[in-house]
Amino acid sequence: MRAVITVVGKDTMGIVAKVSNFCADNGVNVMDVSQTILHEMFCMIMMVDASKMQLPFAEFSDNIKAYGEKEGLKIHVMHEDIFNSMHRI
Amino acid sequence: MMNTGDILETISMIEDEHLDIRTITMGISLLDCCDSDIKKSCDKIYDKITRKAEHLVKTGEQIEKEYGIPIINKRISVTPIAMVSACSGGNPVEYAKTLERAAQTVGVNFIGGYSALVQKGFAAGDEALIRSIPEALATTEHICSSVNIGSTKAGINMDAVALMGQTVVDAAKATADKGCIGPAKLVVFCNAPEDNPFMAGAFHGAGEPDCVINVGVSGPGVVSTALKKIPDGNLTDVADVVKKTAFKITRVGQLVAREASRRLGVPFGIVDLSLAPTPAVGDSVAHILEEMGLEQCGCHGTTAALALLNDAVKKGGIMASSHVGGLSGAFIPVTEDAGMIDAARSGALSIERLEAMTAVCSVGLDMINIPGDTPPEVIAAIIADEAAIGMINSKTTAVRVIPAIGKTVGDELDFGGLLGGGPVMDVSMISPAKFISRGGRIPAPVQSLKN
Repeated sequence: MRAVITVVGKDTMGIVAKVSNFCADNGVNVMDVSQTILHEMFCMIMMVDASKMQLPFAEFSDNIKAYGEKEGLKIHVMHEDIFNSMHRI
Repeated sequence: MMNTGDILETISMIEDEHLDIRTITMGISLLDCCDSDIKKSCDKIYDKITRKAEHLVKTGEQIEKEYGIPIINKRISVTPIAMVSACSGGNPVEYAKTLERAAQTVGVNFIGGYSALVQKGFAAGDEALIRSIPEALATTEHICSSVNIGSTKAGINMDAVALMGQTVVDAAKATADKGCIGPAKLVVFCNAPEDNPFMAGAFHGAGEPDCVINVGVSGPGVVSTALKKIPDGNLTDVADVVKKTAFKITRVGQLVAREASRRLGVPFGIVDLSLAPTPAVGDSVAHILEEMGLEQCGCHGTTAALALLNDAVKKGGIMASSHVGGLSGAFIPVTEDAGMIDAARSGALSIERLEAMTAVCSVGLDMINIPGDTPPEVIAAIIADEAAIGMINSKTTAVRVIPAIGKTVGDELDFGGLLGGGPVMDVSMISPAKFISRGGRIPAPVQSLKN
C-alpha cells in the first residue's frame, strides 16, 4: 500500500534526514518528496510505499506521530486511497 | 505525485474542520433469535450480537489509524425488539438488559432498536414494549429506543401518538436524577428509515439482510469553511460549493464503508450523507446558515437557507456513493449544535421556527429541551404536528424532545458528550387535550392531485 506522510514544524537542521531515516528503519520506501519552507515553517509531503513494512500500518502511524512530537514536528500519515477517493472521480 | 493543494485540503478538513466518519453502524437481524421462552430468546440475542459484532470496534479503530480519518462511533442496530418480544411474551425490559450486556461486551457506544412500528396499529408485543420504554432507558446506559407512529402509506396512529406523549414524560421522570437523559435516547418517527445508522433512531428494518454495515458521515465544519471562501458568491455559487464539499465528504464515507464491509465480511448497506453537528466550535449546521448570510439562525430566511443546504448536500453526496440511504441531509439537533444553542438562548430560534425547518431538512424536532411541566397531551400534539409534516411531504420526520423535570423556560439542561446541552425552550401550553384524546387514526393522504 502507498501512503502520504505530511510533516509540519519549525525548520531545523536535518528534518528530511530524520524522517526518511525513520521510514527506512521501518522498511518504508520513500517514492516522492515535495518540500518547502513557509515563514520559517518546514512543510514536507512524502509519498511512500509501505508494502514491505514489517509492522502493522496502524502501529507505524502511531510511532511516527510520537517520534514527530518528540522532535517538535506534526506528522500525519494517511492511506493514499483517502486522497484518491476525495479528489478523483 | 498528487496535487499538494489537494493533500493539504484533506488534512485541514480533518485537523481543523472536524471532518469525521460519525458512525459505523452494524445492523443485525434478530428474527432468527425469537423463541417462545424469553430467557432462551435473550441468550440467542446475546450470542448473535457478540458473535457478529465481535470485531466491529477493533476494525473501526484499525481503519481509523490506517486511513488517518477519525471514526467517532461504532454502533449496532437491531431488529425492532417489539417483533422479538411478540414471539416470547414476558417483560420486554429483559431484552433491554440483554442488549446492554451485549453492548458492553463488544464495546459499542450505543445499540439501537428498542423499537416498535405501530403506524397502523398495535400488534402483539408493541404496546407492552412502548410502556416499558421509560424503565428500559432508565435501567440501561447504551440502549436507544424509537417508535414509528405514522407513515405516508398508513397515516398517523393517534392512539400511539397519545401514548408516546405520556411515554416521553415518563422517560424524563424516570431519569430525573440523571439529568433527564431518558428522552434524549427516544425518538418518535413518521416514515422511519429502516437503514438509518444514526442514533437514537437507528433500528434494523425487517426488509434488511441478516447483517449489514451502514456508515454515517459528517462535516458541517468543512461546508462552513468552504463557504467562507466565497463571501460574495450568489446562492447558485453557494449551492455549488456545498455540492462539491458534500461529494468529497461522502467519498470518504464510501471508502470507509467499503473497507469496513470487506474486513468484517459483512455486506455494505448504505452511506448516510448527513451533516451531523456536534457541540464543538466549528462543527455547527447553524453556522453554515449564518455563513450564507443570516444574522442568526432562526431569523426569517432560515427555512430557505436550510432547504438549499439540505438539497445540495443530497445532490453532491448521491454521486459519491453507490448506495445512499438513511436520513441523508442536514440535522438540526438544538442541544448538539453550538450555533443553535446560541440562537435558542438569545430567543432568535423558537420551536415554531424549528418546526418549519423540519419541513425542508432530513429530520425533525431534535434534541429540544422543554419545560418539565409540559403536559403529555402537548407533547403528543407536537408529535402529531411533526408526523403530519412527514406524512404529507413523504419524508422522515421525528420528535426527540426532553422535558427538563423541575426546570422552566430559560434554565439550562446539560447531557454532556455528543448530546450537548442547552436552554429550556418555550412551548405553547394552550391545550390540544380534546384533539389528542379523540384517538383513532389520521387517514393516509392523497399522493396525487398535489396542488
